[in-house]
Order: sequence, then structure tokens, then C-alpha cells
Amino acid sequence: MGYVFDYSWLADYWGVLLKGVLVTAELTLVGATLGVSLGVACAWARSLGPRWLKPIVATYVELIRNTPFLIQLFFIFFGLPSLGVQMSEIQAALLAMVINLGAYSCEIVRAGIQATGQGQFEAGWSLGMTRFETFRYVVLIPALQKIWPALSSQIVIVMLGSAVVSQIAAEDLSFAANFIQSRTFRAFESYIVATLIYLALAILLRQLLRGVGFVLFPRRSGR
Amino acid sequence: MSLIEITDVRKSFGANEVLKGIDLNVEPGEVIAIIGKSGSGKSTLLRCINGLETINSGSIQVAGAQLAPDELHLKALRLKVGMIFQSFNLFPHKTAGQNVMLSQMVVKKTPKPEAEAMARKMLERVGLAHKFDAYPDELSGGQQQRVAIARALAMQPMALLCDEVTSALDPELVQEVLAVVKELAAEGMTLLMVTHEMRFARDVCSRVVFMHMGRVHEIGPPAEVFGAPKTPELRQFLGAQH
Repeated sequence: MGYVFDYSWLADYWGVLLKGVLVTAELTLVGATLGVSLGVACAWARSLGPRWLKPIVATYVELIRNTPFLIQLFFIFFGLPSLGVQMSEIQAALLAMVINLGAYSCEIVRAGIQATGQGQFEAGWSLGMTRFETFRYVVLIPALQKIWPALSSQIVIVMLGSAVVSQIAAEDLSFAANFIQSRTFRAFESYIVATLIYLALAILLRQLLRGVGFVLFPRRSGR
Repeated sequence: MSLIEITDVRKSFGANEVLKGIDLNVEPGEVIAIIGKSGSGKSTLLRCINGLETINSGSIQVAGAQLAPDELHLKALRLKVGMIFQSFNLFPHKTAGQNVMLSQMVVKKTPKPEAEAMARKMLERVGLAHKFDAYPDELSGGQQQRVAIARALAMQPMALLCDEVTSALDPELVQEVLAVVKELAAEGMTLLMVTHEMRFARDVCSRVVFMHMGRVHEIGPPAEVFGAPKTPELRQFLGAQH
């Protein structure tokens, strides 16, 4: 055990790390926003939407939830260009994350909708609201409130899972750590720093989501 | 022309026929109590009137709005009849005031200040002006039900359907809700209520409908229905009440 820890490379490479952090943060924030939006739309379609739409959404959800994220990413980045669809690494990474989170959050949000009592729907309808208006104004927020902790966890998982996008050379935090250790041969130090940054990002993201919850849900308890 | 015209309405859940040809006309300003054993179809009838249940045959019309399963017809119908539920069904994420404002703004596109003024007026009418900013979970059951009444009234319906509105309430809270309903009746609101409050039905209603096995078994003014029941089924039902 004659290993001597050496963090002097940080002086030269902090800019690379910072850029990686920013890319990871951007992918997470944009990916989570779009992914959850897609998930809400799919949850509506699968539980309340027109009959013809349900099997289409169900197929999408099951396809994504039963295949590896890495393969989905490779398919988008390496597979789609064969059909003439070209994307940058970041675009491909973002698209893969949105599609992935969309499928998982669909099922989470759907659980929240199903946990909403029929009485809430009937109250909305009997006041003259359409089915969609009732979903939008009456059901959605309490449904999200019920599943917010689960949804928050899923968003954090997507943030951590975004490390995989370094495999298509999207220059996120993992890419930065790989790059630094390949230049400095300081694998232990590079990855421990990356680990700590991921940990900090995850804690920060959870707090951010808690804050969003406080804004979105004025009442802490809801039926 | 009657305000509510129910003609030969039949409704089945699977093989079970719950309504076996109901005819009932309700005049403006009438207060009608629907009584009967559980399973006799009284709640189903009420829910058919504003389209919460689809009917198998027959027709229902409220002030010219015909019951039909498409959203346009349903909306037109539901703007004419409000509904109060046994379990209140207030929106938990909105304050009492917002509960009353929401459908005005969404359905009628009423501008916010006017919706708010209407909400304050209606909450005042049910004696809850001071609870405008309270959330449902801060209100008692009786108060929640009164907010639900204000919410329905704010849409200015021509009739109100009340589905066992006091059945989920503690005994001491029943009276405050009945008092509000009584006041509405006195102001000339047309009311159709499924109820187990026989004394209330006797005191306030213009007609009482006794339902039995999916049919209107007896109908008449309360003095007749309660004082001189014609059929053994009604006599048995009234006898079992005490």
C-alpha cells in the first residue's frame, strides 16, 4: 500500500470538471422537465385517453421499461443515422433521457391518477367541466402530490443514469472523469472526485424537487 | 312544460336492471324527496339526470337540454343542474373560495374578479364568508358540504340534485346543512334530493317519491305519502324507519 494520493491535477482540470457538471445539470433539468411532461401526457392517455391511443402508449412504455438504457441510447445515436436522422451527442443523450423518463414517469403518474377517488372526477364533470378540464384542473395536482416522492426518486435515478451518455462521447461529468484519469493516470482520485460531485448533485436535486413540491402543492395532505 | 322531464328511463348494470321505466316530471320550484331502501335505484336515478350514468333507454330533459352521451350535450345539461354529493368531493388542493371559483372560470370563462365576487357571495349565502381562504381539510364535514353547495350554486343552475347530502355527517352537523337546503327551497330553487331525513322530507318537500325495485312505487305530497301510505311496501319502509 505505497500509494500516494495526488490531487494536484485539479488545478489544471477543474475547468473540464465544471464543464462536465454543467452538461450533466443541463441534461438533467431539461430532460426531467420534458420527460415528466411526456410522462404526464402518457399517463393521461393511458388512463383517461381515447381507446385507440391506449395500446400505442402501453407499447411505448413497456418497450422502454424492459430494455437497457444503454441500448436505447446507442439505438438513437448509432442506429437512427442509418435512417438519415442525425443528432449531436447532446441531442441524442437528451432524447434518450426524455424517452426513458417519459415511460417510467408515465407509470408513476398513472398510479397517482388511479389513487384519485372517482368522486373528484364526478365533482368536476357535474360542474360542467369536460373530461380533459377535470383532469387538468381537478385531478392532476393532487395526483402528482401523491406520487411526488416516487417521481423525485425517478428523476434522481435519471440524473445518475445520465453517466451512461459518456459512452456516446457526450461530454458530461462522467466523460470528464474518464478524460482526466486517462490523462493523469489518477483513476482513484478522478473517480472519487466525480463520485462526490454526483453525490452533491443528487442531494441538491432532491432539495430542488422538494422545493418544487412546496410550490406546486399548497396543502401537505391531500386525498 | 316541466323543468325536468324524465320519460320511461331504464338503466341496467350488466344483467341487473336498476331502473325499470321511470317517469317523473318536476315543475320549477318543486322540492322533491326521493326515499326508498338501498338498492331501490334512487341514487342511480339522480346520477342519470346529470349524465353521471348513461341510460339504456328513455329520455331525460332539463329545461330543454337533452341528455345525450357526447360532451357538448352533457355540458349543456350540467350547466342546468348542479349536484351535491354525499362525500362533498371538494378539491383538496384549492381553498374554499378557489373551489367555488374554479368551474366558473374554466367552464363559463368568467373573469377572475367576477368569479371571486360570485364566490364570496355564495359562501356568504351558506354562512361561510369567513372561510374563503380555508382549505377543505381545515373545515368540518358540515362546512365542507356547505362549500360544495356554494360551489354548485355559483354555476347558477336551475335545479340542484342532492345525493344523500347529510349521510356522511356527524349528527350534530346535519342540521346546519339541512338549514341551508331549507333556505334554498324557500328561495324557490328546484331541488331533487335522495334523503333519509324523513322529518326534513315531511317539512320541506312538495312531493315525495318512494322508489321500490327500480320503479316509482308511490308519489304524492308528504302528508299523503307519510300520513296515508297506500302500498304495503311503503308502510313497511316507513315502519322500519323508527
